[in-house]
Amino acid sequence: MIPSMRIIARESKNNFLFLVYMLTLLMVAHTAVVNASPENSTLSERRQAQGEYLARVGNCLGCHTAKGGRPFAGGHRLLTSFGTFITPNITPDKETGIGSWSEEDFWKAMHEGKSRDGKLLYPAFPYTEYTKVTRADADLIFAYLQSIPVVSQSNPPHEIRFPYNSRPLLYLWRALFFKQGVYEPDQSKSDEWNRGAYLVQGLGHCNACHIARNVLGAIQEDTVGGGQIMGSNWYAPSLTSRQEAGSMHWAIEEIIELLSSGVSQRAMTSGPMGTVVRQSLQYLSQDDLRAMAVYLKSIPESNAQPEVSYPEMPENVRKYLAQGEKLYKRYCEGCHGVTGQGASGIYPALAGNRSVTMTIPANVIRSVLNGGYPPTTAANPRPYGMPPFQQIIRDEEVAQVVSFIRNAWGNRSSLVSAIDVGQSRGSSY
Amino acid sequence: MKYSILFILLFFTNLAKANEVLSVNIPDTLAERVKACTICHGAEGKHSRDAYYPRIAGKLEGYLFNQLRHFRDGRRYYQPMAILLENMSDEYLQEIARYFASLNLPYPPPESITLQSSEANLAKKLAYSGDLKRNIPACSACHGKDLMGTAPFVPGLLGLHSTYLTAQLGGWHSGGLIRGKITNCMADIAKKLTYEEINAVAKWLATQPVSGKPANHLPPEMAQRCVSIVSENGEAR
Repeated sequence: MIPSMRIIARESKNNFLFLVYMLTLLMVAHTAVVNASPENSTLSERRQAQGEYLARVGNCLGCHTAKGGRPFAGGHRLLTSFGTFITPNITPDKETGIGSWSEEDFWKAMHEGKSRDGKLLYPAFPYTEYTKVTRADADLIFAYLQSIPVVSQSNPPHEIRFPYNSRPLLYLWRALFFKQGVYEPDQSKSDEWNRGAYLVQGLGHCNACHIARNVLGAIQEDTVGGGQIMGSNWYAPSLTSRQEAGSMHWAIEEIIELLSSGVSQRAMTSGPMGTVVRQSLQYLSQDDLRAMAVYLKSIPESNAQPEVSYPEMPENVRKYLAQGEKLYKRYCEGCHGVTGQGASGIYPALAGNRSVTMTIPANVIRSVLNGGYPPTTAANPRPYGMPPFQQIIRDEEVAQVVSFIRNAWGNRSSLVSAIDVGQSRGSSY
Repeated sequence: MKYSILFILLFFTNLAKANEVLSVNIPDTLAERVKACTICHGAEGKHSRDAYYPRIAGKLEGYLFNQLRHFRDGRRYYQPMAILLENMSDEYLQEIARYFASLNLPYPPPESITLQSSEANLAKKLAYSGDLKRNIPACSACHGKDLMGTAPFVPGLLGLHSTYLTAQLGGWHSGGLIRGKITNCMADIAKKLTYEEINAVAKWLATQPVSGKPANHLPPEMAQRCVSIVSENGEAR
């Protein structure tokens, strides 16, 4: 061995010994920490961890974080038909956040929809659902929120239109539409079912979107019956309708798969639901996902439409659809298939796809206009995507191709026009 | 009548079965996964179908990754991009950036625009010397002596359409929607340019043939001036 090599060898041997030494030190230190944890990982740390999970379920982060902003520092703009709500900072900053709040203050907000100073909160904060959350869970979420990094950030005030900007009106609204009270388990049902109902109706606040609202923004029915999402042109399909997103005829496993990964063999989450999967649902425990699935599957399908027999299509309609078919062959067939069969878990089937045939065509039009990727999740980290066809074809052509897929391969639904397509544009989301 | 209903039902049942058998065969590749990108940016990101969509093939990975995050997080605004990227993780965006950066495809010939000699001279002066009196550095100070960018974050300026370049410079200049949300050295510099200078530079750059390589380092004074761009690596800013 030449001398220089020997030096290198000795050096690398020393380096190796040093590395072993450091690793041993690290392991000892680590073991010490692990051993100490049962005593030292105080009750409060465990409570914070439980609270963190519950905050995920309630997706506090989703609304209380601006696009590209600091987590929980607020500033997210919620567009509604009453104006724009700007979400508050809920980090433990004493000046601009909720650092000086008590457990009791937090409970009042969640359960009664009242701010610390007694002011009534606008129901853009879904206390109409959060009121069902137990005191124990609310306290855990509060413990977590008090433990997150402090961000000093004041957010601009809400921009609410007259007359909705008058807080006294909220008294009236609440008297009419707000029912305060923690979720009461249905004794005739299993614990699992009740857990699912608690998550869907309460903390998960699925009703915030999957519900029809009246002109005052109040929920019209008791259960997830589908509705236009405020401030966006997405329609949250009814979870009680066989024609929309009812899951009575789905396997429990497939419901779980869709909620946790964002895709399943026959469905795909997109738009706001994709965001909910990314921010919240993918982190739920298997037990909680199963509970939600059991509850969702049990919801009776209320508004099942009777089978309608369709008359023969007139010649002009057939011509219109033939135009759509041409476009389909050119742009869509490569992914969605000759018979709209799709590719399982990759590109959704369009034949028999309820999002395609739903009476309200908003979602299928938006999907063609904007395209999109399902959320990246642990189970589906590299999703396939749909191109934004508004860059490629005109509104008239979008209308033709959407009308075609709504009426091909056994699908049957209303035709859409370029006007419908135009109405689906223009919102920021 | 009864028979015809039965026949229709049978027909649909069979169709449903056939569907399962015929499930479209989709290749498990990134090229397939980024079809939503290439429909506008051209097959393999090579060229664009429309002057506005920039070429993304062969751009620096760090630059592409940052732009993808900016679109997703609202720091650079273009609605179709924002919607596409809404729910994508940093890991996946990095992989997509690496993919387009790795594409080594020939460039189309430069745009044929006629420049007046005064315009060309103005552009060349800004590109290689800048205007020190107005504190405008040369393009080449940051974008490399070949104007092919500087690793890892500073983009190349050649092989792009004049329409795209004008829109970007104009966006920074006027604080408009597309670029106005970012305050960084490029926005400061663009604000100092006149419209005449913006048009001249954009046109001249689009007529240059693509050759050369990205530079390795920014000069220290430019790294200082553009610290917000240089420090974007991995920082969620």
